[in-house]
Amino acid sequence: MPPAPSEATAEVLRDPAALRRVLWALAVMAALWPLLRLAEFRPASLFSRENLRVSMNFMASFLPPRVDADFLGLAGRATVETLAMASAGIALAIMVAAPLAFMITQSLSVSRIGPSRSRARAQGVRHGIRVLVVSLRGIPELVWALVLVRVFGLGPASAVVALGLTYGGMLAKVYAEILESSDTRPARALQEAGSGRVTALVYGLLPGAAQELVSYTMYRWECAVRASVVMGFVGAGGLGQLMDQSMKMLNGGEVSTVLVVFLALVLASEAISGGLRRMLA
Amino acid sequence: MDPRRFCVKCVLTLAALLVLVWASFSYLAIDLSPLLTVASVREMADYVLRFFPPDFTPVFLRKTVVATAETVAISAIGTLLAVAFGLLLALPAAGRFGGPARTGSRMLLNFLRSVPELVWAALMVIFAGLGPFAGTLALALHTTGVLGRLFGEALENAPPQPTLSLVESGAGAGMAFLYGTLPSTVPQLIAYSLYRWEMNVRMAAILGFVGAGGLGQLLYYEFSLLHERQACTVILAMLIVVIMIDAFSARARRTLAVAAA
Repeated sequence: MPPAPSEATAEVLRDPAALRRVLWALAVMAALWPLLRLAEFRPASLFSRENLRVSMNFMASFLPPRVDADFLGLAGRATVETLAMASAGIALAIMVAAPLAFMITQSLSVSRIGPSRSRARAQGVRHGIRVLVVSLRGIPELVWALVLVRVFGLGPASAVVALGLTYGGMLAKVYAEILESSDTRPARALQEAGSGRVTALVYGLLPGAAQELVSYTMYRWECAVRASVVMGFVGAGGLGQLMDQSMKMLNGGEVSTVLVVFLALVLASEAISGGLRRMLA
Repeated sequence: MDPRRFCVKCVLTLAALLVLVWASFSYLAIDLSPLLTVASVREMADYVLRFFPPDFTPVFLRKTVVATAETVAISAIGTLLAVAFGLLLALPAAGRFGGPARTGSRMLLNFLRSVPELVWAALMVIFAGLGPFAGTLALALHTTGVLGRLFGEALENAPPQPTLSLVESGAGAGMAFLYGTLPSTVPQLIAYSLYRWEMNVRMAAILGFVGAGGLGQLLYYEFSLLHERQACTVILAMLIVVIMIDAFSARARRTLAVAAA
């Protein structure tokens, strides 16, 4: 005899995973409480009297944005400085990354072709350079910039060197991955025929991998433009330093102008980077 | 006669890039002499030596551990908020509420994404005061933009058949979404969220530079007081946190990938 209609629907509607999901949700909420305390999560404080007064004043000063010729000239010069920082930083990063990637890529490893006395030493050197690359990447560029401002003084030099080091590490890792994942047969063939490693790289690996390498480098240039603005907040010049100064003076009009200029710069660099990448495809 | 075509465009582009790089270096007039002359290299070496040995006294270690926990908390809560709001904004961004809502929400998400986290943090310090709350809000805002866009694209690319069959069997739009679209996209959404959490831990560590709490605030503070040894400890803590989160996140994504397959 078929079960009564209400029992049948009750059976069909029972979600078999319900209990497990509820228990997981409770566990997550239990772990959430100490995290919320640590992060001092108090949304109500956003609307407390002093905070509201400061926020409202600041937001009110956002309009009108400051568009007089003096400030626009300042913003324009800062933009050029930011672009120059990013380009110089990426150029330095390429100069750092190219030899490192060349050394760590497995596709050019002579000891992999056949037995070799120096295999352990070669693997050791390769591993050591990998560790160097990881530590270059691991320290955020802002930390480098903060330290280098003490060495080079305020100004773009610290940002360029910071970008060169951090992005050099990132580019080295990705260049090596691209070189290893492209078709390595031409390079191996050349090496087995007795060519040197540089020849194998230039004639064997580069023709196939060049497009991906350039594409990734252009993407990193775009990221470098944003990073240069961020580094300005610790005194490395450019749009970031301008925005930092305006925010410290709670001058909303200048902040909104610099924000708009920054967004335009980001859009422009995305367009240039995308255009160049499409052109090479 | 060489049968291959000579890529004039490539050569011109390369030349333009080289000119750009040379122009950048000369415009900035960067004085790299600290790296080159013997006296300044020695000065730099002295300066680097001031960082060692790192300060491992219990008092300062405790401060560093608290700051590390604060940093992890900032990143966790910020990412969680971003997942919630990102999902909320992903619905109109995927076109579920019509054309204008799609354009509007995409513009909002783009704006949230384009402003760097540090700029958001500096703004949030004005609105919410110094401390980790500003950092949490900044991460939440920026990551909402990133995750909202990724979620929206994932929802748009989800296979429509399960949802359609549920709707045709009489389910409401909400139920059809929850049981039709979501289950196929949830593994991807979780993978994106875990990846962003990994990156947010790095970010949370440096947002403190503008006063948003965590390891960054401690580093900035110690550095401004010229306590290089303490600063070295904080930098080491940053490195360790990043390495541990990388490993944890990679393992979590591998288990999820296996479970989803």
